[in-house]
Amino acid sequence: MMDYQARRFEYSRRTEQKSTEPTSTPVVIVGAGPVGMTLALDLAQQGVRVVLLDDDDKLSAGSRAICFAKRTLEVFDRLGVGDTMVAKGVSWNVGKVFAKDDHVYTFNLLAEEGHRRPAFINLQQYYVEGFLCDVVLQQPNIDVRWKHKVIAVDNRPDSAILTVESPDGNHTLVADYVIACDGSRSPVRKALGLESKGQTFRDRFLIADVKMTAPFPTERWFWFDPPFHPNQSVLLHKQPDNVWRIDFQLGWDADPEEEKKPERVRPRVQALLGADAEFDFEWISVYTFACMRMEKFRHGRVLFAGDSAHLVSPFGARGANSGIQDVDNLAWKLALVLRGDAPDRLLDTYASEREFAADENILNSTRSTDFITPKSEVSKLFRDAVLALAKDHPFARRIVNSGRLSLPATLHDSPLNTPDTDEFLGAMVPGAPASDAPVFANSEQLWFLSLLGSDFVVVRISQTASLSFELSPPAGEGGVRGIVEASDNATLTANGPLTLTLSRKGRGDRTVTPSIEWIQRYDARPGTTYLFRPDQHVCARWRQYDEAAIKNAIARATCND
Amino acid sequence: MTTLNIEPNMKNFDAFYEALIETHRDLSPEQSHQVNAKLVLLLANHIGDLEVLKDAMQRALK
Repeated sequence: MMDYQARRFEYSRRTEQKSTEPTSTPVVIVGAGPVGMTLALDLAQQGVRVVLLDDDDKLSAGSRAICFAKRTLEVFDRLGVGDTMVAKGVSWNVGKVFAKDDHVYTFNLLAEEGHRRPAFINLQQYYVEGFLCDVVLQQPNIDVRWKHKVIAVDNRPDSAILTVESPDGNHTLVADYVIACDGSRSPVRKALGLESKGQTFRDRFLIADVKMTAPFPTERWFWFDPPFHPNQSVLLHKQPDNVWRIDFQLGWDADPEEEKKPERVRPRVQALLGADAEFDFEWISVYTFACMRMEKFRHGRVLFAGDSAHLVSPFGARGANSGIQDVDNLAWKLALVLRGDAPDRLLDTYASEREFAADENILNSTRSTDFITPKSEVSKLFRDAVLALAKDHPFARRIVNSGRLSLPATLHDSPLNTPDTDEFLGAMVPGAPASDAPVFANSEQLWFLSLLGSDFVVVRISQTASLSFELSPPAGEGGVRGIVEASDNATLTANGPLTLTLSRKGRGDRTVTPSIEWIQRYDARPGTTYLFRPDQHVCARWRQYDEAAIKNAIARATCND
Repeated sequence: MTTLNIEPNMKNFDAFYEALIETHRDLSPEQSHQVNAKLVLLLANHIGDLEVLKDAMQRALK
């Protein structure tokens, strides 16, 4: 496997830098991290030309973000990089919580069957970036420019003008839209004089990534106040290549420079593993954290995504994962607006939907932080009481909070949703990210989400107990083309009496049988019709197929109403 | 006879816990002690079943 951390990318001089006339480009993405590269790939695959700037010439140094959630993997699947990530990553669903030296409970984050992807994979950030970069560099629609640093932004009504510093001096770049994926210290945000505000936590944590052969299972282990590290918390987690993440809470008074020294870290790790444990350090870091966000994620021609827009504490793996969901939300909207199929104000809904999601992520991660690091005597009293009750009292286990692990936001109040007019049960409400479930083609099992792709899709259960899929046209026309009649070949199988016909423009029909899980998760019966957005969120649903209603819902979801 | 329910019996434990900690914000330990005592009395009256309350008391002592 390539050493992605050692990889260097070559700076090269571009046409704009030689000419005095600035050239215009539809989209400039600032920052080639996981968020920026995912966005670039998504846009490029939808036919949008992208310039991707990075002020450096290398990928992530250190493993940094390591937990990539199911929803992120589903986005990676949509972009064709999911298998690479999962093949290298360590899949896990189970977590154990210990209080002092007592195992108080075990939880499974993916308790139900019938999902393609696990709750999480652990994978060093440099692999995620490396795998994305391998594909990005092959994509003809993406122009990656290393060692290009944005130093000024002129945010005009009809374009953004960037001043870019490179080894050949400064030059100007004009863009219809600039997407700042440039991290928590976002130079673009600074250049515009904008702020990200919130709460900084007075605590320090030590990350020791160690390489060792260890017998621990592939689970997330979290200790409150363990004997080997009293009064603080510790997290142990497996990564690929026999690397283990160990996260020690240090307290606010710890000296970050001292605590980073290997001779200082070694005894801490030995206290956990035993004095004779053999291991090498892979990466050591001491960090503090904050929960903050920008008030608005959109400022005219400049949109913010990932850490530049919002920052969370690390408990719950909501940082990189929420950044990927940001760009999942943004890419299709940007593609429609640039094609002229939707008005510019569709991009305002990127901001409102993801601001809502950021609040949810910050709320969850703040609650976890407050449980893990109690701020007052009484807060610690309750925390310890909860832990004491947890072993014998199931209700108390629900209160134990070592990180509520990243789930995608359901966009309940999005203006793009068409509210229900019919009765439905279950979680697939308008605004919910589509749940995966198996579907069957003859004896072959397929996954529902893999059939959705990156377009509006109508899924219909017909009167003949079959289900048909249709790919909608570009939203500008606001209608549905090429509707394929549901097939009559409904078959009774062990998985249910319904069949599902997948119809894609230019690709012919495909009939599959939905599993019982699919039928249950979508509360489906003949007549049930779902409309999915290109980011695979539920947009609208009905108990009857009604072409006019679908047209209206697509118009609404693209601000063409 | 009603017994003490120790199974999860709340929709949103995180929101409850946050509200509980928030109730104590900026209180001195003595004030918090008072608030906790009042809370126990209020909730005990709401439960209204001495056997259930005694079971809870025994469990809390462990």
